[in-house]
Amino acid sequence: MPYAAGVDVGSTQTKAIVIDEQGRIVGRALTDTGANVVQAAENAFQECLRAEGISEQEVLYVVGTGYGRYRITFGNTQVTEISCHGRGAIHLFPNTRTVVDMGGQDTKAIRVAPNGEIVDFCMNDKCAAGTGRFLGAAAAALDIPLGDLGTVALRSDKPVKISTTCTVFAESEVLSWLGKGKRLEDILWGVHTSIAVRTAGLMRRVGIDDEVTFTGGVSRNPAMVAAIEERIGTKLNISEECHYMGALGAALFALDHIHARRQPTHETEAVS
Amino acid sequence: MRSDIEVGRGNREGADLFRSWFNNLSDVRARNEGAAYVFVMGSLNELLLSFDMPVVFPEITSLQMAVRRVAHEYLDEAEDHGYSPDICGYVKADVALQLRKGQHPMGHVPKPKLALYTNACNTYIKWAEIWERMHDPVKIFAFDVPGTRQVGGQTWPGSQRFENDRRYVEGQIRELIEVCEGLTGQRFNIDRLRQTMGYANRMSLSWKRLLELNANHPSVFNALTDGTIYLGVGNAFRGTEAGAVYFERLVEEMEYKAKMGIGTLGEERHRLAFVGVPCYPIFRRFNELFSDWGGTFVSSTYLWFASGGANRGFQYDLDRPIESLAEGVLLAVRDAGDSMLDQYNVVRNMVDEFKLDGVVFHPIKSCRTVSTGLADARRALMDNNGIPSLFIESDMMDRRVVSEAQLKNRVDAFFEGLESRKLNAGEVH
Repeated sequence: MPYAAGVDVGSTQTKAIVIDEQGRIVGRALTDTGANVVQAAENAFQECLRAEGISEQEVLYVVGTGYGRYRITFGNTQVTEISCHGRGAIHLFPNTRTVVDMGGQDTKAIRVAPNGEIVDFCMNDKCAAGTGRFLGAAAAALDIPLGDLGTVALRSDKPVKISTTCTVFAESEVLSWLGKGKRLEDILWGVHTSIAVRTAGLMRRVGIDDEVTFTGGVSRNPAMVAAIEERIGTKLNISEECHYMGALGAALFALDHIHARRQPTHETEAVS
Repeated sequence: MRSDIEVGRGNREGADLFRSWFNNLSDVRARNEGAAYVFVMGSLNELLLSFDMPVVFPEITSLQMAVRRVAHEYLDEAEDHGYSPDICGYVKADVALQLRKGQHPMGHVPKPKLALYTNACNTYIKWAEIWERMHDPVKIFAFDVPGTRQVGGQTWPGSQRFENDRRYVEGQIRELIEVCEGLTGQRFNIDRLRQTMGYANRMSLSWKRLLELNANHPSVFNALTDGTIYLGVGNAFRGTEAGAVYFERLVEEMEYKAKMGIGTLGEERHRLAFVGVPCYPIFRRFNELFSDWGGTFVSSTYLWFASGGANRGFQYDLDRPIESLAEGVLLAVRDAGDSMLDQYNVVRNMVDEFKLDGVVFHPIKSCRTVSTGLADARRALMDNNGIPSLFIESDMMDRRVVSEAQLKNRVDAFFEGLESRKLNAGEVH
């Protein structure tokens, strides 16, 4: 049976998705990117195939995305994660007009047309303020597992205001609030709010239109979802697949190639 | 139409002229003589040349350091000297140039004996004060051009208010003539001024024609890369016979290319306009990010606001040189300021004229004067004209804020959108 695959090599994690000819997700895998980008992509892809018992020959087209996309040795072509997140979001939530993708090193706001065309996009520039890395710094400073940040933050009732926008300085600000006797949950909600403020600013630059879909690894954090919703006054579309949205979009672009050509190829061809 | 025109001669001759300009400056330095330091927005080159004054454009000498990939050495030196990383990269590079006694990757730059600036840029004022402190004596002449950065509120020829503004500028030109007489020991020669203004007229006509010619399909020059060469020659040789001849030959070459259908790329897939100042630290590579996708810059606001008013094709009235010079300076400096302040009005006219597929906005970290308002201009363009645009930030001098990976990611996404748009419109298969 023919399949299409997408591999999203992000700054912190690498995701792989395999879909069938109807665009249904049949397999997914996730691994830490680490220093060896090539290996991470290979591992995620192979794990995905192994779990579902799919052979490599059955995957007729592979699209790579994410910052490490040009390092994927087995891929057929590359598409930016901006296009992939837009495409994936429209596939899962067809009424999506704005996508916000929050990953390890950048946050993107993307405006999409009903046909999936990218109308506009905006990203954080030059620094990691307002990204997942900001949460990572707070988690490290407070010695809390990254996955617990959201649930702890949601218990807050007297949030503090985190004023710094620098990821490095945020750590010392968090510690100074601890020194003043503030509760963990109140500090953490402040951290989430700080990121939400910057994220909402990015979203306004491209325009916030219903519906808004939240993608990327941080979309699993319930406090971040709540903080952004509070800031923009709109419910966010989220699902289990949101973490894999870049890979899903890449797989859908791969499927386009299969449909367009109907001629299997495994030759590598760079589009740019 | 001649059929023996060498394609590419404009770039070669431009590079030769540019080198000769630097060589001349090195000779001036070697003789320990000073030069007039002027800026691209209101250089008054025509008048200064009539006094045989060598002219230095600090903006150009600074950007050449970035093109030649040594700007960081100069920027670091100025920062070590106490200048903040946040201020204009051109200024800091020039400060280090002065500290190095004019040592430049293209030769040696003479010291200033006159600094002449207009109010087109707020930084010019502080920049000239730095020279005043570093070199003694330097004569500073500040040109106050009324109506700059007042889009929609200017005066125009034919009205009494414009005539008042023009006379105000004319008075300053007459003061400058006295200053030049004092500095050079030469009497003002109005026939020499007529001659330099005549050359400037020829250059302006050619420049305007050159910009128009790029509406051709395919475009005949790259407004970002080739255009910057032309801009350098246009400023440095404004008011000279060499400059006038150069641009007439350039127009001849471009008309030939237009007639023969010779473009800048094998396949011109996307026609783009560039808004802002180029990314000089990775000048060629920056352009390749676009040309790799079949994108070429057919127009650039830089060729408007940094051309010393040549974009208007303004013709001086040589029967009344000083009066007409005042009118030209007034219109040119104002036009430069306006096209920086409100680039939307410049770009929206380009959309149809140049049949644009997209517009690239390039704000730069170290010049807020030219970057402020670009986000608004982009928003207006997208809302009113529905044309795709890209907003990418880097710098014209400082490679520390130029991230090629980030730029490429955004540029690739922009072209994916353009390709998808064309695909959905049925233009490509």
